[in-house]
Amino acid sequence: MIKFDKKGNPFIEAEGIIPYETAVGPTWHRFFEGFKEERIYGTKCPKCNRVLVPARTFCPRCFEDMEEWVELHQEGRVKGWALVDYEYFGMPTKPPFIFSVIGLEGADCGLLHLIGGFDLSNLETVRSRVKTGSRVRAVWEKEKRGHIMDIRYFAPID
Amino acid sequence: MGRPVAIIGAGQTKHGNRSEITYPDLVREGVKSVFEDAGVGPDDIDGVVFGTMPSMMEGVALTHFYFADALQAVGKPILKSETCGSTGMSLALTGYYWVASGMADMVLVVGSEKMHEGDSQATMTTVAEPFYLRYFIAGAPGIFSLQSKLWIDRYGLSEELVRDAAAKISVDHHNDAFDNPVAHIKKKLTMDDVKNSKVVVYPSRLWDICPNSDGACGVIFASEEKAKKICRNPAWVKGVGYSGEEYWFDDSDKVVWKSAINAAKQAYKMAGITNPIEELDVAEIYNPFTYVELLHYECFGFCDFGKASDLTLKGIFARDGKLPCDPSGGVLCTNPIGASGLIRVAEAAMQVTGKAGDHQIEDAKLGFAHAMGGASQFNGVMIVGSEL
Amino acid sequence: MGKNFETLEHQVWLPYKFSVGPVFNRFFEGLKEGKILGNRCPKCNKVLVPARSFCPECFVDMGDWEEVSQEGEVVTWAQANYEFFGAPAEPPFIGALIRLDHTDCNFLHLVGGFDLSDIDAVKSKVKSGARVKAVWSDVKKGHMLDIKFFEPE
Repeated sequence: MIKFDKKGNPFIEAEGIIPYETAVGPTWHRFFEGFKEERIYGTKCPKCNRVLVPARTFCPRCFEDMEEWVELHQEGRVKGWALVDYEYFGMPTKPPFIFSVIGLEGADCGLLHLIGGFDLSNLETVRSRVKTGSRVRAVWEKEKRGHIMDIRYFAPID
Repeated sequence: MGRPVAIIGAGQTKHGNRSEITYPDLVREGVKSVFEDAGVGPDDIDGVVFGTMPSMMEGVALTHFYFADALQAVGKPILKSETCGSTGMSLALTGYYWVASGMADMVLVVGSEKMHEGDSQATMTTVAEPFYLRYFIAGAPGIFSLQSKLWIDRYGLSEELVRDAAAKISVDHHNDAFDNPVAHIKKKLTMDDVKNSKVVVYPSRLWDICPNSDGACGVIFASEEKAKKICRNPAWVKGVGYSGEEYWFDDSDKVVWKSAINAAKQAYKMAGITNPIEELDVAEIYNPFTYVELLHYECFGFCDFGKASDLTLKGIFARDGKLPCDPSGGVLCTNPIGASGLIRVAEAAMQVTGKAGDHQIEDAKLGFAHAMGGASQFNGVMIVGSEL
Repeated sequence: MGKNFETLEHQVWLPYKFSVGPVFNRFFEGLKEGKILGNRCPKCNKVLVPARSFCPECFVDMGDWEEVSQEGEVVTWAQANYEFFGAPAEPPFIGALIRLDHTDCNFLHLVGGFDLSDIDAVKSKVKSGARVKAVWSDVKKGHMLDIKFFEPE
C-alpha cells in the first residue's frame, strides 16, 4: 500500500475519479445539433452587434440575451497556433496536435480548434504548412455525435 | 481608499521536491518561517487568508480546512481564495483589503502547493469547461504557448529576435536562482541549450517553461499602528490592481492584454507612478513562460509595444540593468502555483526592506509584484515601497 | 420523477501520490505489527492518536511515541445505511468516535462484529460509554482497515 520513491520517501498512490452529469442547456444543444448537420453557428448580440462563436446564451460584455443565430462560414484565417508535443494523464486529445485560434468569416471572436490533415512529426514542415494568416477550412467526421470533435480539424487551404 | 497597510514579515519554505513530508507539515514550515521573520506568533494574528491552485491538484477539497492546524487558524476568521496562477496575488490583496478596511490589525496570508502529489496539467485543464475548450488547451504550456505565438506574430518581428530574447531570459533567470537559497531550479545554461531544448508546446521549449515545485509562502500584513510598534523596517503597500477578462479565450485581445495593462494602471495610479521604468527599482513578474514575460514588459509600460525583445537583449531587464526583473529567478525557476503569486509579493517586500540577501538589488525602494491566472484571464499587481 | 434534461456525462480522473511523511509512515508500520501508536506533546502533555507531527494547540513538534491501548469507550456513533463511492465498508456499517484508554483525543473507526440489520439490537449494544476492543485482520498491509472494527465487549 505504501510505496517508496527514489529517495526512499513513502507515498500512497491513489486515483480520484469523480463522475459528472453536466447540464447541456438549450444553447449548447442547438449549437451541437448544428454540428450534426455540418453547420457552425454563432449568436449575435442585439446591443453590440458582435457575433460570437461557439453560440452563446448571453453577451459577456453587454449581459444581453443573444437570441439571433447566425450560420458562419466554414473557412477562416489562422490568428495564432501552437504545436502540442507532450502528454498529461487523461489528455482528451493525444499529441502531437496543433491547436489554433481560427477567425471564421462572420464571427467577431476566434474559434479554438485543431489544425491538421498533414504530417505533424517534423517542426519545420509544420511551420511551412501553418502560418498566422493562413486560410483553413473545416474537415468533418463522417459520423457525428453532436460534439466539438465532430470537426476533425481545420485543414490548410493551399 | 482605506488606511495604510504594511508588510511586517515574509517567509518561504525551501521549494522543490518536498516528498519527504506531508502537505500540512509543508504549510507549517512556511507559517513558522513568516512568524520568525516578523517576530510575532499565532496569538497576534486576527485573521487568516489561504489559497492554492484548483484544489483537485492534491486531491483534498477545501484545503484551508485541512490546514487549520498548520495555519493556527482555529478560532479565527479564515478566507480562501483560488484564482489559479494569480492565487498568490489574490491572497495578498485579500490580506491587504482586510487590514485596510480596519476590520483586522494583523492578517496572516499563506499560499502553498505540493505539485509532486498530483498531475499539474491534468488538473490545470479542469479550468476548461468540458464541452469545448478542454479538448484543446493542453494545460498551461498549451494555452500560454498559443498566447506567445499570437504575441510573436503581432508586430512582424523576426522570429530569431524574439527567440533570442526569450532564451536570454531563461539563461539569466536560471543563473540568478543560484543567489536565491530557496529557489528550486538553478542551472547554468547557454542560449543554445535553451533554443535546442525539447519542444513541449511550440513555440515553448523545455527551458522556456517553469518546473513543478512544492512550497509554501507566508506574508503578514499589519496596520500602520502595529507595524510601527513592532517592525523596525516594514514594507508599505503603495498600490494595488486586479483585472480580468471574459472566460472565452479569444473574446479579448491577449497581446495588447487589457487585464495586465489595467491591473498595472490601477496600481500605478494609487502609488502615484507615472514613469514605471524610471520610478520602479525592481519588478517580480509572474513568469512561468519566457515569451509571456516579454509580453508583460510591454503591457506594464516598461517599454513600448513590440520593443520588449530589443530591450531584453540590451540587458535593460537583467539584474544589473535599468529595471531588474525577477532577480529571485522568478516563477521560471520556482513554481508552487498557489504560493508563486505571493512569493512575488514576498520578494518585492524583501527587496525594498534590504532583506533579499545575495540577490538584493542595491538601494531598492519601490518594488512591483505581479501574478497572472486562469487561461490568460486575470492579472493582479501590488506595488510595495520602503516609505509610507 | 420529473423532466429528463440533456446532460454531458464525463469524468475528472486525476492520479495522486500523497506524501506519507515519517510520522504517518511509522503509524502505519505500527498497524502492520498489530499496534496502535500515538505520541505525546512535550508542552501540554496530551497523547494524540493517530500519532501527529505537531500538536495542533501548542504548534510544537510532538515528542515521545507510545503504543496506546486497543480498548476504549464509544463517545458517539452513527450507522450508515446507504452506499457511496469510496465508502470504507458495505452498508450497513457503524462509524464511531472512540476514546482509547489513556489517550486525549477521539479515534474515528468502525464498530462491528455483530449483526447490524436490527437497529434495536444495535442500539442496545452500542451506546456512549460502551467498552469496545480492536479486532484485527489476519493480513495487515499498513492501512487503517488493518483494524477490521472495534467490537463491543
